[in-house]
Amino acid sequence: MTGRNLITDVQNTWCPGCGNFTIQHTLKAFLAEWEKEGRSLDNVVLVSGIGCHAKIADYLNINSFYSLHGRTIPVATGIKLANPDLTVICCCGDGDCYAEGLDHLVFAAKRNIDITVLVHDNRVYGLTTGQYTPTSPLGFKGKSTPTGTAELPLNPVELMLACGATFIARGYTKKMDQLRTLIREAVMHKGFSFIDMLQICATFFPAADYYTPRVYEPADHDPENLEKACLLAREWDYNSDARIALGVLYRKDMPGFGERVAVSIKTASEREQAVRDIIAARI
Amino acid sequence: MAEKREVSVLVGGRAGDGINNAGALVARLLGRLGYRIYLYFDYPSLIRGGHNFAVIRAAEHGVGTCRENVDFILALNQETVTRHQAMVHDGTAIVFNADLVKSKGQGIQVKTILAAEQAPEIMGNSVMIGGFAKAAGIPWDLVEDVFRAALPKGTDLNLKVAKRAYDQLTVARTIPERGSPPLPLLTGNEAIGLGLIRGGLDAYVSYPMTPSSSLLHFLAGEKEKFGITVVHPENEIAVVLMGLGFAYAGKRAAVGTSGGGFCLMTEGLSLAGMAELPLVFVVSQRTGPSTGLPTYTGQSELEFVLHAGQGEFPRLIVAPGDAGEALSWSAIALEIAWQFQVPAFILPDKTLSEGTYSIDTAALPSPEKMPAVPGQAASPSLPYRRYADAPDGVSPLAFPGDTGAVVKVNSYAHDESGYTTEEGDMVSLMTEKRLRKQEALARAMNTLPQVNVLGTADAPVALLCWGSTKGACAEVGEALGLRVVQPVVLEPFPVTQLRVALSGATKLICVEENATGQLAAIASEYGITADEAILRYDGRPFTYESLLEKVREVVS
Repeated sequence: MTGRNLITDVQNTWCPGCGNFTIQHTLKAFLAEWEKEGRSLDNVVLVSGIGCHAKIADYLNINSFYSLHGRTIPVATGIKLANPDLTVICCCGDGDCYAEGLDHLVFAAKRNIDITVLVHDNRVYGLTTGQYTPTSPLGFKGKSTPTGTAELPLNPVELMLACGATFIARGYTKKMDQLRTLIREAVMHKGFSFIDMLQICATFFPAADYYTPRVYEPADHDPENLEKACLLAREWDYNSDARIALGVLYRKDMPGFGERVAVSIKTASEREQAVRDIIAARI
Repeated sequence: MAEKREVSVLVGGRAGDGINNAGALVARLLGRLGYRIYLYFDYPSLIRGGHNFAVIRAAEHGVGTCRENVDFILALNQETVTRHQAMVHDGTAIVFNADLVKSKGQGIQVKTILAAEQAPEIMGNSVMIGGFAKAAGIPWDLVEDVFRAALPKGTDLNLKVAKRAYDQLTVARTIPERGSPPLPLLTGNEAIGLGLIRGGLDAYVSYPMTPSSSLLHFLAGEKEKFGITVVHPENEIAVVLMGLGFAYAGKRAAVGTSGGGFCLMTEGLSLAGMAELPLVFVVSQRTGPSTGLPTYTGQSELEFVLHAGQGEFPRLIVAPGDAGEALSWSAIALEIAWQFQVPAFILPDKTLSEGTYSIDTAALPSPEKMPAVPGQAASPSLPYRRYADAPDGVSPLAFPGDTGAVVKVNSYAHDESGYTTEEGDMVSLMTEKRLRKQEALARAMNTLPQVNVLGTADAPVALLCWGSTKGACAEVGEALGLRVVQPVVLEPFPVTQLRVALSGATKLICVEENATGQLAAIASEYGITADEAILRYDGRPFTYESLLEKVREVVS
């Protein structure tokens, strides 16, 4: 389908000022560009979890699998292994991907499966009306932690480095042009790509005043330098006050899981012969 | 000695002695003599040490259960002789490893023989098999044939050590040749794997769990031959969701596990129901609850798989009774899942999954002759609506990558296009669509024979069983002149065919390997009430004698 309207008629129910609007708009711009360059959007699949972020599956007019909470990545892995010609993008939430489905994130990075994981990291559960997530700062007062959380946040960027992810970036919804470039590079990357997208939640964690003065793009960063990437990843731990580096933090070329496990397809009669041969050899 | 028309052999040793392989070799030898084989393998949940044993039963006609007496014992450890004393009768011939075992019968100096040929310790089993072959009067050329077929590596050396033992021993009791041509031997899990391949399997996804693991190992080992993708992911949650990803992209997938792993899959099962994605679940039962007895059998997951997953949605459950049924019904289950876009279960148990059976290849239909299942035929039109309603509730299928089709599947309640909805009317409409699919599925299944009747078909007393207990029930039914009724399809419940199978029966006895009589409970919801229940729940399958005794108690 060419020149399709990329936004569906489904009524949008994100709060006014929600960072998800920026992400949707950025993805739409990216997809339009992708199609304009001669690629078919028929081959793009969006997988979403459950949470505010996930409504994007209803709003974008492309193939989509509106999955379960925490379960974008295994679905995306199955789709990519089933049909390597598809471009598979996961939109996940931070509660979704760093809590409920953390095991899948770790293994997708470890496998280097060729999918793109975009984490809408607003550092709070929105749809369930305001509880802390794995990236909420220590002492965050949510509905399940009225006196403040008693645990430190997870640093997802550092985690992804430890897991062997081959493309790691951080974006910010108030830096839309950069975010679009990052998404494009992530999708183009052969192998597992990951972007932690700092996103404000207008209702439960409006953190723009915190992020905006702290974000920066490190000059002369070589994303192929693992040690420098580690230093940048640790600069801000999602808790203490520090500068927050944006951009591609780490990148590496490596064979992907799909290539390593690929088998050549057999015809129905070859398969039937194989079955009969195996049975015949058991006499 | 009067010639018996069947023979049973017990092979026992420590875990790590390769008892399963030794048992398989004995099974092949007896298969070559023209017998129909059933092999039961018993092992504790450990890697080294402990006691393992295999019982190989060879009979003129197909069998699916063991006897409590054995005619030969091959003892690789002392425990084999002491522990199985109750199985010995006057004519039992014992062949033992004289390095480790003290017993009556014929001892073999295994170490001496291996040293004479400078053979490694691992070939000790070949020595024992050579000794057994002589004790059983099996011609040497047949032994050589079987070794060449079954042991492609180091064949000559294995044969040399086996021949030494063969020449040292004397014939204890001859196992006569049968006139029938030999039949191939498959485990239940291998049969399921081959059946899935014949049903068009593209991908198998599984996390290891006994007794399903040997299916993962088999398909992983043969994946190049079949051209399938085999994945072992991080956990069962990933397994089921990867399976659904394959299905969404148009590839036929199956997942495999046992009860505990299936607990983790239930959210994915419910998603399959809501998103109308076809997926086959192989749930091989073991003794529960929880970790239970990992390597022992049970039939306690029928109610679980029947009701698993939140919400109401159609599903298929088939429980094959032996490897032959596993081969044919696994293909049907995969086909039905795709015809109706529903989850389908294959529900074996440890006895079937890890037991070995003779397969009647003449009964193996060619792919063209596989049972035709009436399904949806409509092709998708644009704009594509993934959940477009249809009289039988089955929507036309398109996949991502298909030109112009925007394929949206959704775990939320959704409209025909796949968009999330909370509109009451739409929610009702989609619920009714899924219910109509259930009805269409039941109608289609009714075109297939779903209920086996064995034994004396018009006898007033009937045994009601499912799954691998078919083997013991069939023989007991035969011996006592009873009717044996075994539904292979358990959901949609084949009530019409079951009523026909039971017509005229005045006494119904359910035989199940669980503590509550799960099939009997389901049947009673359809007005079919069992008068008696014979239940076993110690992890061991019914033997012929143990079931015979119980049935006699309730029949008299």
